[in-house]
Amino acid sequence: MTQVTERATRLRSQAVAGLSGFARTWLVFIGAVVVWEVATRLAESVFFPPPTEIVSTALQLWFSGPASQLFLSDVVFDHILPSLGRCLAGWAIAVILGVGLGTALGRSRTGMDYVGPLFAFFRAIPPPTLVPVFMVLFGLGPGMQVATIIFGAIWPVLLNTVDGVRAVDSVKVDTARSFRTPTPYWIGMVVLPAALPKIFAGLRLSLSISLILMVVSELIGSLNGIGHELISAQRAFEFPLMWTWIVLLGILGFGLNSLLLAAERRVLRWQPNRNNDG
Amino acid sequence: MPTMLEVTGLNHRYGSGDGAHVAVKDLSFSVDAGQLACIVGPSGCGKSTLLRCIAGLIPPTDGSVSLHGDAVNGVPDDLAVVFQDYSRSLFPWLTVARNVEFPLRWRKLGKQERAERAQEALDAVGLSGVGRKFPWQLSGGMQQRVSIARALASKPALLIMDEPFASVDAQTRFELEDLLRRVQREQRTTILLVTHDIDESVYLGDRVLVLSKSPATIVADLPVDLPADRDQIATRESAKFVALRGEVARLLQTVPAKQAAPEQQADEDVATADAAEWTATEEAATENAGSAKETSH
Ligand SMILES: Nc1ncnc2c1ncn2[C@@H]1O[C@H](COP(=O)(O)OP(=O)(O)OP(=O)(O)O)[C@@H](O)[C@H]1O
Ligand SMILES: [Mg+2]
Repeated sequence: MTQVTERATRLRSQAVAGLSGFARTWLVFIGAVVVWEVATRLAESVFFPPPTEIVSTALQLWFSGPASQLFLSDVVFDHILPSLGRCLAGWAIAVILGVGLGTALGRSRTGMDYVGPLFAFFRAIPPPTLVPVFMVLFGLGPGMQVATIIFGAIWPVLLNTVDGVRAVDSVKVDTARSFRTPTPYWIGMVVLPAALPKIFAGLRLSLSISLILMVVSELIGSLNGIGHELISAQRAFEFPLMWTWIVLLGILGFGLNSLLLAAERRVLRWQPNRNNDG
Repeated sequence: MPTMLEVTGLNHRYGSGDGAHVAVKDLSFSVDAGQLACIVGPSGCGKSTLLRCIAGLIPPTDGSVSLHGDAVNGVPDDLAVVFQDYSRSLFPWLTVARNVEFPLRWRKLGKQERAERAQEALDAVGLSGVGRKFPWQLSGGMQQRVSIARALASKPALLIMDEPFASVDAQTRFELEDLLRRVQREQRTTILLVTHDIDESVYLGDRVLVLSKSPATIVADLPVDLPADRDQIATRESAKFVALRGEVARLLQTVPAKQAAPEQQADEDVATADAAEWTATEEAATENAGSAKETSH
C-alpha cells in the first residue's frame, strides 16, 4: 500500500520535474512565437506573414505527397534531401580530411612549422567568396557546393585535431612506448581518444559552417536546393513560402546540432565531469 | 643464474651548459634472471631517471644498458614499466578491464583469452569487481593496483616498478608486497623496483642497491639473505631483517655528509628522514657504514 503511494509520488515528482524542465527549455521560445504571431497580425505586413500562416504553408509544401512517398511531397525529394546530402557529404569529407591531416601534422614535430602560415592564409579567406572560383572549376551543381563546404568546414576540425593530438600527456606517451604499442593502436587507442574532446568542439563548429555554406552556395549558384528555392520564392514575392525555407533551415540546424551533441555525449561519456556540465 | 640486466657506466645529464643537471652518475650493476632487486635512494636523487634509461625511454648521456645480453636502444621487448605517476599512466577513456587488456591487444590472443588474462591480473591485485568502471572512479591506491595489474598481464621478463606502493594503505601494501614476491617466483619474472621505504626494500628484495643523493651513484649493493618465504610479521621481527634495515638506513644517512648535496632537497628527503629515525633507535655510534653487521644484535 505504502509502496504504491510512494511510487505514485515518485512518478508525480518525476513528471513535475520533467514538465518544469520542458517549460524552462521552451517557455521563452513559445512566448517569442506568440509575440511574433500577435505582432505580425497587428502589422499586417506582406513581408512578415504570421507564424501560423508559415506553418500551414510549410505543411502544404512538404507533406502533400502520396502515401507511397510517406506523404512527403516532391519538394522534399527535389530540394531538401539533395541540400542535406550535399551539406552532410561536404561535412563528412571535411571531417575525414581534417582529422587525418590534423593527426599527421600534429604528431610530426615540424609539420605545422611548414604549413602553419599557409593554413592561416587560407583560413582567413571567407569561404563564400570562393563560390565564384569553384563555380568556374566545377560548374553549377553539387561539385561546386561540396567543394565550398569542404573548404569552409575543414579548418576548425583540422586545427582542433592538431591541438588535441599534440596535447597527449607525457606519462601516457611513455606508457604506450613502454608497451611497444604498434602505430595503429597508438593512434587509435591513445592519440585520438585523448584528442576527442577538442575534435568534437571542432566538429560542432564545422557542422554549423557546413549548413551556412550549403545555403550560401545555393543562393548564389544552384539549380535546386533549399537556398535556390528560398531565393526563387523571394523573387516571386511569395513571402510565406520564403519564410518556410528560413524556418526549415532553423529546424535543420537545431536538429543536426542535437544529433551531434547526443553522439558526443555517448562517445565522451568516459570524461569525469560529463554529467554535471549540462 | 644468467644475467638479465647489465648496466655499465651509466650517466644521465638533463640539459647542457650552465643549466645542466647530472641526475645519474657513473652507475654500474647487473641483475640476474629471476632476481628481485630493490633500489633505495633519497627523493629526487635520480631513481626515475635511472629507470627511464634502463627501460629505453630516454637514451643515457653515456654508458650502456643491455637486456638478455642485447644492447638496449629504444624500448626492448619483454619489459613492462609501472610508472610512479599512476593516475596519468592509466588511460581515462578505457575501462579498468580494457586498460589491463591494453598491452595484450596486438598479441595473438583470442578475445576470450585476453579478457581472462586481464581478469586474472585484476584478481591477483584484489580488484575483481571493478573491471567495468573507469579509472577515475577508483581511489588512488586502487588505480595504482590497476597499473600493476596491467604490467603483470603482459607477463614481462623484466618488470620495472617506480615506487609502486607509495600511495596505498599499510594493509594493502603488505598484501601487494607478498603478491609481488609470489608472482615473481611463479612467473620467474625479474623485477627492478625503486622505493624510498627502507623496510620495503629489505622485505621485498633479494638484494638492495643503495643510491646516494643527487646525482645518483651506487653506495652499496647488499645481498638480502633472508629466507625466500617471507612473512610480514615474523620476517620483520627477525634479527637479520633488523640488522639489514639498520645497515641500509646508516648508508643512506651517511651519504649526505660525504657529498655536497643541494640544500633545497633536504626537507623533502623522505629516505634520509627515515634513516635518521632508524639509526636513532640503535645505539651503535660507529661512523663507518660497512660495520653495520657487527654492531647490531
Ligand atoms: N625532464 C627533466 N628535465 C630536467 N631535469 C629533470 C627532468 N626530470 C628530472 N629532472 C631532475 O633530475 C633529478 C632526478 O629526478 P628523478 O625524477 O629521476 O628523481 P627521483 O629519484 O625519481 O625522485 P622521486 O623520489 O621524487 O621520485 C631531479 O633533480 C629533477 O629535478
Ligand atoms: Mg621518481
